[in-house]
Amino acid sequence: MNRLFWYRTLVVVAAIAVLEVLCLTGVIDRITMQPPHRIAIDLAHILASGSMNGAIRKTLGNSAIALVSALVVGIAFGVLLHGYRGARDALDPLFATYYAVPVFAFYPFFIVVFGFGDVPQVLIGFMLGVVAVIVNTLNGLDRVPSVLLKTARILRLSPADTALRMTLPYAGPYVLTGIKLAVAYAFIGVIGSEFIMSRGGIGYEISFAYANFDNATMYPLIVLILLASVAVNGLLGVWEQRLLARRGLR
Amino acid sequence: MKAGLRNGLTLIVGLLLLWQLLYLWTGDVALASPLATFRYTGKLFTTESFDAQVYETLRAFAIAYAISVVMGLGIGFWLGFDRLSGDALEPMIVSVYAIPKLTLYPILLLAFGLGLAAKVAFGVIHGVIPIILFTLAAVHNTKPILMKTGRVLKLSRWQMIRWILFPAAIPEIFTGLRVGFALTLIGSLLAEMFASQRGLGYLLMNGIGLHNVELIMSVTLVIVVFAATVSVVLLHVDHRLHRRV
Repeated sequence: MNRLFWYRTLVVVAAIAVLEVLCLTGVIDRITMQPPHRIAIDLAHILASGSMNGAIRKTLGNSAIALVSALVVGIAFGVLLHGYRGARDALDPLFATYYAVPVFAFYPFFIVVFGFGDVPQVLIGFMLGVVAVIVNTLNGLDRVPSVLLKTARILRLSPADTALRMTLPYAGPYVLTGIKLAVAYAFIGVIGSEFIMSRGGIGYEISFAYANFDNATMYPLIVLILLASVAVNGLLGVWEQRLLARRGLR
Repeated sequence: MKAGLRNGLTLIVGLLLLWQLLYLWTGDVALASPLATFRYTGKLFTTESFDAQVYETLRAFAIAYAISVVMGLGIGFWLGFDRLSGDALEPMIVSVYAIPKLTLYPILLLAFGLGLAAKVAFGVIHGVIPIILFTLAAVHNTKPILMKTGRVLKLSRWQMIRWILFPAAIPEIFTGLRVGFALTLIGSLLAEMFASQRGLGYLLMNGIGLHNVELIMSVTLVIVVFAATVSVVLLHVDHRLHRRV
C-alpha cells in the first residue's frame, strides 16, 4: 500500500516537474502554457479574490440539481422497472446502447426547446447520469436473495416498505456504484454544456478566458476542475470500497 | 435473438411515438416532426457539401480510433504485465475518466492548433481510457495456468501476448474496444462542436446559430442512428465472444 502511494506521488510530481522545466526553458512557450507554479499562484489569487465564486456556485448548484434528480428518478424508476419484466426487456437495448450515443448532440436541440437558461445544462447532466443509476439499481436488485423477499412478505410489508427497508439497503453497494458514476456524469454534463454554449458557470468562464487568450484565468480554472473531480471521485471510491469490504465482497 | 429483435423494434416504435407526441405538444418552432426530419435528412445526403462534412467527421474519428486502439492495447498490456505499475496507475486512470474532459480542450487546441490534429487528440483522450482499463483487467483475469504454460514453453513477452494472452482475453478486450468506439466518437464530435470549421459537430452549432431546427434534428438523428447501429452490432459480437469462452 505504502509503496503504491509513493509510486503514485512520484508519477504526479515527476509529471509536474517535467512541465515546469519545459515551460521555464521555453520549449513550451508562455502563450501556450504557464509554468505549473504560476498556475498555482494564479489559482490562489482567484480563490482569495472570490472573483469566480458566482460561477463556481452556479456550476455546483446546477450539478447538484442534475445529480439529485438523476438519483431520485433513477432509483425510483429502477425499483419500478424491476417489477415489470416486459417493460424491462423492451428497454434493455436502450440501456445497452445509451452511452454509445453522444448525449451532448442533444444540447443544441434542448437550447432550442428550453431556451438559454440553466435547464438545458441540468437536463444534459441528468440524462448522462440517470441511466447509470437505473442500470446499477437493477443490477443490485437482481442480486437480492429470495429469502429477504419472503421475509418481507411474511412481515406483510407494502411494496414501498419492501423497497425502502429490504431490497434497496441490500442493493446499497451496487446503487453506490451508480451514484459514483452519476456524480461524475453530472459534472461532465453541466460543465461540458456550459463550455459549448451558455451564459455562466465555470465551463463558460474557461471558454471565455480561452477566447481572450487569458491564460492566467484559464489554466487555474482547469486545474480547479481537475482537482475537484479527482477529489470527489476518490472520496466516493473509498466509501464504495468500505461498503463492499463490510459485505465481504472485496 | 428473435426476442431481442422484437424488443428493439418495440423500442424504436416507442421512441418515434414519443417524438411525434412531443412534436404535437411543442409545435414547429422548437421541433421538427419525425417525417419532416427524415425527409430533410434524405435531402441532406444528396447535397455534396453535407457528404463532405460527414466524410470529415468520419476521417477524424477513424484516425482517432486507430490511435486509441494501438495506444490502449499497448498501455493496457504493459500495465497488465507490470503488476506494480498497474496497481499504482489504475486508480489514477479511473479518476481521469471522471474528469470533464471538455475543459481540457483549450489546452489541446493550443498544443495542436485548430484542425484535424486537435480533433483526433480529443477523440483519443476519450477513447483510450476504457481500452486501457479493459485490457488491463483482461490480462489480470487470464487464468494463471495459461501464463504458467507460456513460461514453461519459454515464450518471449511478445509471443506470450500473441499466442496466449490475446486469444484468451479477446472477449474482455473486445468489450473495451466497443466502449472505446463510442467514447472516441463522442470525443471527436465534441471537438467539432467547440472549435472547428467542418464536420457534423460544426453543422450542429451552425444549426443553433441559424435557428434551423430541421438541420439540428437531422444531424442529431444521423449521429444517433450511426452510433446506435454500430454499437448494436458490436454488442452482438461482444455477447457471442463472451458465450464462446
